[in-house]
Amino acid sequence: MSPKTQAGDAPGARQAPRGAAPAADVIHNIGYRHYDGPRLGRAYARRSLFSQSLRGAYGLGRSAKSKVLPMLLVGVMCLPAGIIVAVAVATKTDELPVEYTRYAIILQAVIGLFVAAQAPQSVSRDLRFKTVPLYFSRPIETTDYVVAKFAAMASAIFLLTATPVLILYVGALLGKLDFVDQTKGFAQGMLSVALLSLLFAGIGLVIAALTPRRGFGVAAVIAVLTISYGAVSVMQGIADEQGETGAIEWIGLFSPITLIDGIGSAFLGATSAAPGQFGPDAAVGVVYLLVYAVLVAGAYGLLVRRYRKVGL
Amino acid sequence: MTVIATEGLSKRFPRVTALDRLSLDIAPGVTGLVGANGAGKSTLIKILLGLSPASEGKAAVLGLDVASEGGAIRERVGYMPEHDCLPPDVSATEFVVHMARMSGLPPSAARERTADTLRHVGLYEERYRPIGGYSTGMKQRVKLAQALVHDPQLVLLDEPTNGLDPVGRDEMLGLIRRVHTDFGISVLVTSHLLGELERTCDHVVVIDGGTLLRSSSTDDFTQATASLAVEVTDSDAHPDGTAALRKALEGAGIAVATAEREADGSPTSTRVLFVEVTGDPTYDAVRDAVAGLGLGLVRMEQRRHRIAEVFRTDSATAGPSPGARPQPSPSQPAVGEPAPRSAAPHSPAHQHPAQQDAARQHQEGGSGDVA
Repeated sequence: MSPKTQAGDAPGARQAPRGAAPAADVIHNIGYRHYDGPRLGRAYARRSLFSQSLRGAYGLGRSAKSKVLPMLLVGVMCLPAGIIVAVAVATKTDELPVEYTRYAIILQAVIGLFVAAQAPQSVSRDLRFKTVPLYFSRPIETTDYVVAKFAAMASAIFLLTATPVLILYVGALLGKLDFVDQTKGFAQGMLSVALLSLLFAGIGLVIAALTPRRGFGVAAVIAVLTISYGAVSVMQGIADEQGETGAIEWIGLFSPITLIDGIGSAFLGATSAAPGQFGPDAAVGVVYLLVYAVLVAGAYGLLVRRYRKVGL
Repeated sequence: MTVIATEGLSKRFPRVTALDRLSLDIAPGVTGLVGANGAGKSTLIKILLGLSPASEGKAAVLGLDVASEGGAIRERVGYMPEHDCLPPDVSATEFVVHMARMSGLPPSAARERTADTLRHVGLYEERYRPIGGYSTGMKQRVKLAQALVHDPQLVLLDEPTNGLDPVGRDEMLGLIRRVHTDFGISVLVTSHLLGELERTCDHVVVIDGGTLLRSSSTDDFTQATASLAVEVTDSDAHPDGTAALRKALEGAGIAVATAEREADGSPTSTRVLFVEVTGDPTYDAVRDAVAGLGLGLVRMEQRRHRIAEVFRTDSATAGPSPGARPQPSPSQPAVGEPAPRSAAPHSPAHQHPAQQDAARQHQEGGSGDVA
């Protein structure tokens, strides 16, 4: 980067050699300087957007006020894990009272709140303040934007859900519980929250990207998550009452959290949270996986379509 | 070298034709793109950024094809949208740094360039405050800064003076001019106001209904019709100095007019004479006439006619039909021609003074809308 003389710049100065040395009589040169450094392109821009969005989900790089809610939710999410560990260590049990795969399901309301608050924060603002065209007038494409936002949201949820699982694991090891058992459970738990993070991020972002109004986004995400879970739970309860236990595993397909729970109980050795623990077996579990894949891919596709439309 | 070149560029939507076989060649410098709302300006910008495929025809920006090299174009081009595009809860610095990184600048370079660019557009201490508290003028500066932060070779500015008061408008236009003269960055600026482009642009392109109405240098529009505003004092010998000077000048065969309004619509004194400049001798003639009458010279300043006046005569003669193509600029009469009044009255370069007056009055409010 070399300073460029300002005096006597004729139109068409761009053709002048960029590195032209300043004239000897120029003492204070605060003129325009050209940038000759590297331009790192699409992949770098995508990474930058990812890290900015991930930080933004926890209020980092934003006002102090926007840090309150995410940090509070992290606290609420981790506190029970800490208590469980403390109790387990103190009472010297040979098993944690809560399965690794079950923890996130129990605290699903907290995760739901986090998604509802942060997904609209991540995408509605760009829509509302019409910042989106500024992104698309730069090297990144629609898919880069969607991938970065999707990955950032999923990572943010993963951090929220994986931290307490990690606390449980560390606590279990400190309590000298069986290492092999705990490590297996921990791995299953991590996989389960990873699946949950991706699904919740997709659902949250699609709903949030529909509206530039953040408030609507928050309400809609909460509504979708709680109503679907409520409806599924009620249906499963009725099925259980009437002895139609075969239906329970199929009903579970219709809400995100029971979907994750079903995949967990089918493949990850989790105890199903469904009434009577009638979770899907491996055969029905394949259907669960299919639905899961369709939902995540569908969310991605819808987001790309949405941003094709709003771009510029 | 051309910055933007389009060839038979068309863009059709199911129900409207936004661009119709538009062929343009835009050289480095400041180019004004003028057109009424819906003339196809925004569509053209979208195509130039490689974000929207053309229905037919070709376009190249900085020698890169828009259809296949959109990413490379967007790395070298800056874009300032017409609408508000700034999040209110972050500071200008944070926002512009983020946008610089989105353009591919490494973190340290992004910060350095942001500080530089914000200073160049005239934002100082306030750049650390949230954008929400900025005035419209400051917001426009931030928008310009984010378009310049990655040191593009070309910036596309969509209605940069929208919503600004006259002072802010002047400042923004000055800034745009500097983007080219000081920063060496070519500029394509759109506006639906002709009046403000003539001070800023080297070249003006007028489109209407997606077709090219006219493309020529601003000098062709205005300089050939330069006039001189002269104001003199009275003296004992000449109680009405203005009238005396007018008589003397007209006696010397120089066209003189008075105007009730300035070109920007503000009322003016009848004491100001507008002298048609036909070459350097005119200045001497005015000086000699004033000196000869023994009057005091209050002011003598160069004025340019407004582009709008040129269009006014164009439309008066060629008709307002969008497809009409006015004469190409090279055919205009030479500047130094001795008797401007005798030139063809429909030539854009020379107008009857009465027409100028009419045009000035027409321009009330300072706007020079094409339509």
